[in-house]
Amino acid sequence: MMVIEPRGVISRRMQVAIPVISALVALALAALPLTFAGAPVLPAYREMFTGVFGSMFSFTEMLTRATPLIFTGLAAALAFRARLWNIGAEGQLYLGAMGAVAVGSGAIGGPAIVMIPLVLLAGMLAGAAGMLGPALLKTRFGADEVVTSLLLNFIILIFVQMMLEGALKDPMSMGWPQSRPIVDEAALPKLLPRMRIHAGLILALVTAVIAHIALTKTTWGFRIRAVGENAAAARHAGISVNRTLLGVACISGALAGLAGVSEVAGLKGYLTTDLSPGYGYSGIVVAMLAGLSPIGVVIAALYVASVFVGADSMSRAMGVSSFLADLVVAMSLISVLVGGFFARYRIRFRSKSGAGA
Amino acid sequence: MDLLDIFLNQSFWVASLRIATPLIFGVLGALLCERAGVLNLGIEGIFVVGAMVGWMSVYAGAPLWLGVIAAAASGGLFGLFHAILTVPLGLSQHVSGLGITLFATSAASFLYRTMLPDVSSPPRITAFQPMDVPFLSDIPFLGPVVFQQTAMTWLALIMVAVVWWVMDRTPLGVALKAVGDNPDAVNAQGLSVYKLRIGAVVAGSALMALGGAFLTMSAFDAFFFGMVNGRGWICIALVIFASWRPGKALLGALLFGMFDAFQVRLQTEAGAIVPSQIFLMAPYVLSIIALVIVARRAEYPRALLQPWFKGHR
Repeated sequence: MMVIEPRGVISRRMQVAIPVISALVALALAALPLTFAGAPVLPAYREMFTGVFGSMFSFTEMLTRATPLIFTGLAAALAFRARLWNIGAEGQLYLGAMGAVAVGSGAIGGPAIVMIPLVLLAGMLAGAAGMLGPALLKTRFGADEVVTSLLLNFIILIFVQMMLEGALKDPMSMGWPQSRPIVDEAALPKLLPRMRIHAGLILALVTAVIAHIALTKTTWGFRIRAVGENAAAARHAGISVNRTLLGVACISGALAGLAGVSEVAGLKGYLTTDLSPGYGYSGIVVAMLAGLSPIGVVIAALYVASVFVGADSMSRAMGVSSFLADLVVAMSLISVLVGGFFARYRIRFRSKSGAGA
Repeated sequence: MDLLDIFLNQSFWVASLRIATPLIFGVLGALLCERAGVLNLGIEGIFVVGAMVGWMSVYAGAPLWLGVIAAAASGGLFGLFHAILTVPLGLSQHVSGLGITLFATSAASFLYRTMLPDVSSPPRITAFQPMDVPFLSDIPFLGPVVFQQTAMTWLALIMVAVVWWVMDRTPLGVALKAVGDNPDAVNAQGLSVYKLRIGAVVAGSALMALGGAFLTMSAFDAFFFGMVNGRGWICIALVIFASWRPGKALLGALLFGMFDAFQVRLQTEAGAIVPSQIFLMAPYVLSIIALVIVARRAEYPRALLQPWFKGHR
C-alpha cells in the first residue's frame, strides 16, 4: 500500500528547483491545449520564445508587463506569509491608480521631485485602505478575509466605473470614460527611448529588495513570519497578532496600490476600467511560484510576464486563443502546489504486512 | 410606480426566483463541500465550466437535459481535482481552490474561443422555456411566479429537498457531517474519511456547475466571458449566512434574489438621482454585510480547512 512520509529538511537547492520544475511542467503541459487547437506544438513554443526574446522591444515589453506583477506578487507574498489571504490585490491596484490620478492629474502642482513621491504615497495609502477594511472585518468580527477581499474587488471596479463617469472624468476625452491624464511632473520617466519600459520597474526591484530585507532582518518581518507559522504560539510569545495582521494588510494593500500607480503614472498615463488584465490575481500565482520569497517574486514575475507576452505573440502568429496564457499560468500554480507536496513528502510503497509500516 | 408597487408586481417575484436559482445550486454545493470539511474556492471557476460545457453540449446538438448532465459531470471532474489536492495530499485548500478557479475559468474560456472563433455576437441556443403546468399555473399570482419558472429552477428546489433529506435522514448524511466535525471518530468507526470527503466535494462541485449551467441554458441562452461575475464568491458568503443548512440556504438565496430584483427596479425609479453603479455594487455589499453579521456566531464545521491524514505524518 502507499505510504506517505515526510522528508525532513528540504534543501535550498530543492526549494529553488521545485518552482522551476513546476513552471517547466506547466509549459510542457501547454502542448495539450495547443494540440487541441490544431497548432503545431514545437513551432508554437518557438513563437512564444521569440515573442519574448526575439527583439529588444519584445524583451522590454515583457519587463514592462512584469513590473505590476512584481508589486502584486510582493503584496500577495507578504500577506500570505502572515496567513492573511489578500485576494483583493486587483481592487487595491485600482484604488492605487485612483489615488495617483486624483492627486497627479492637475489638482496639485509642483516639480517632479515633489509630485512623484506624492503620487506614490497617494497610491499606497489608497491601496492600504483597500485591504485594511477586510483585515478589520477579520480581526473585529471574525469575517473571513478571502471572501471580503474578493467581493471588494467587484465593488471597487464598479466604483472606478462610477468615478470615471463622474468625479474623475476627463472632459476632453470625447465621452470615453477615462480619467484626466497624469501631469508630466508626476509621470514616471521612461527608461529607454522608443520603448514602453519605465521607472516603475526600478521602483519594483528596489521594493522587492526592501521587502526581502524587512522580512528576513527586521523584528517586524519576524513577527509576520511568526504569526503566519503559528498564530497561537506567536500570541503566547507576546506578539500582538491583530496588530501584526493589520500592519501586514496595510503594507500588502500599499504594494498592490503601487502596481496601480506604476501602470497609470508610468505606462498608460490615465485611468480606465481595463487598466489591469487581472494583475492582482496573477500576483497570487507569482507569489506562490516564488515560495512567498520577495526575491523569488521578481523571478516568478518575469516568468509569468514572459508567458503572457509570449503567448500573445504566438496567438497573433498562429491563431491560437490567447487564453492559453491564462491556462499556462493557472497550471503553473497547481503544478507548484503539487511540486511543493513532493518536496515535503516522499511516497513509499510497502507490502500490507510489511514491518514498521 | 410606487416603491410598494414593486413588491406587488408579479414580475418582481418571478425575477427573484430566477436570480436566486444559480445561487441555490452554488450554496448547496458549497454546503456539501464545507460540511465535509473542505473549503472549495474553485466555485467561481466551476460555475464558468458548468456554464460553458452545458451550453456547448446543447450547441453541439445534445438535448437540454444531456447538457445539464454534462455540465454536472464537468463540475464533478474539477471537484475531483480539488478533492485529490486537498484530501489525500492535504494541500492548502485556499490555494488549491483559487488554482482550480483560475484553471477552470481559463480552460473553459480557451475551449470556447477555440471551438467558436470570434464572431460578432455570441451564438445562441434554444434554452429551457418557462414551464406551463396545466392546472397550477393558473392560480392567481402564485401560479405564474412559481409554476412558470424553467425546469432548472425546479431542479434547484428539488435539490434543496434532496440535500436536506440526505444530510438529515440518511446514514450517509450523518457520516458526511461527522467527517467535517470529527474525522478521527469517523475513521474509528471504520469509515473512509478520504472517500467521504472526496465524494462530498465531487457531488458539491457537480451542483455548483449546475448553477453556472442555469445561466447559459435558462436565464440566458448564450455564453459570455465574465458572465458569472462573482456569483460563486457570493455563494461562499451565503453558505456561512445559511449556517450550512439547506433550508436556510434556500432562504438566503431567495432573500438575495429579492434584493437583487428590487435594486434593478429601484434603479428605474431613482436612476436619475443615484448613479446606476451604486445599485450594481449592492449585491456584493450585501454579501459582505451578511457575512459580517453571522461571522461571530457562525459554527463552522469543526474540521473545516484541517487536512486529515491516514496514519501519522
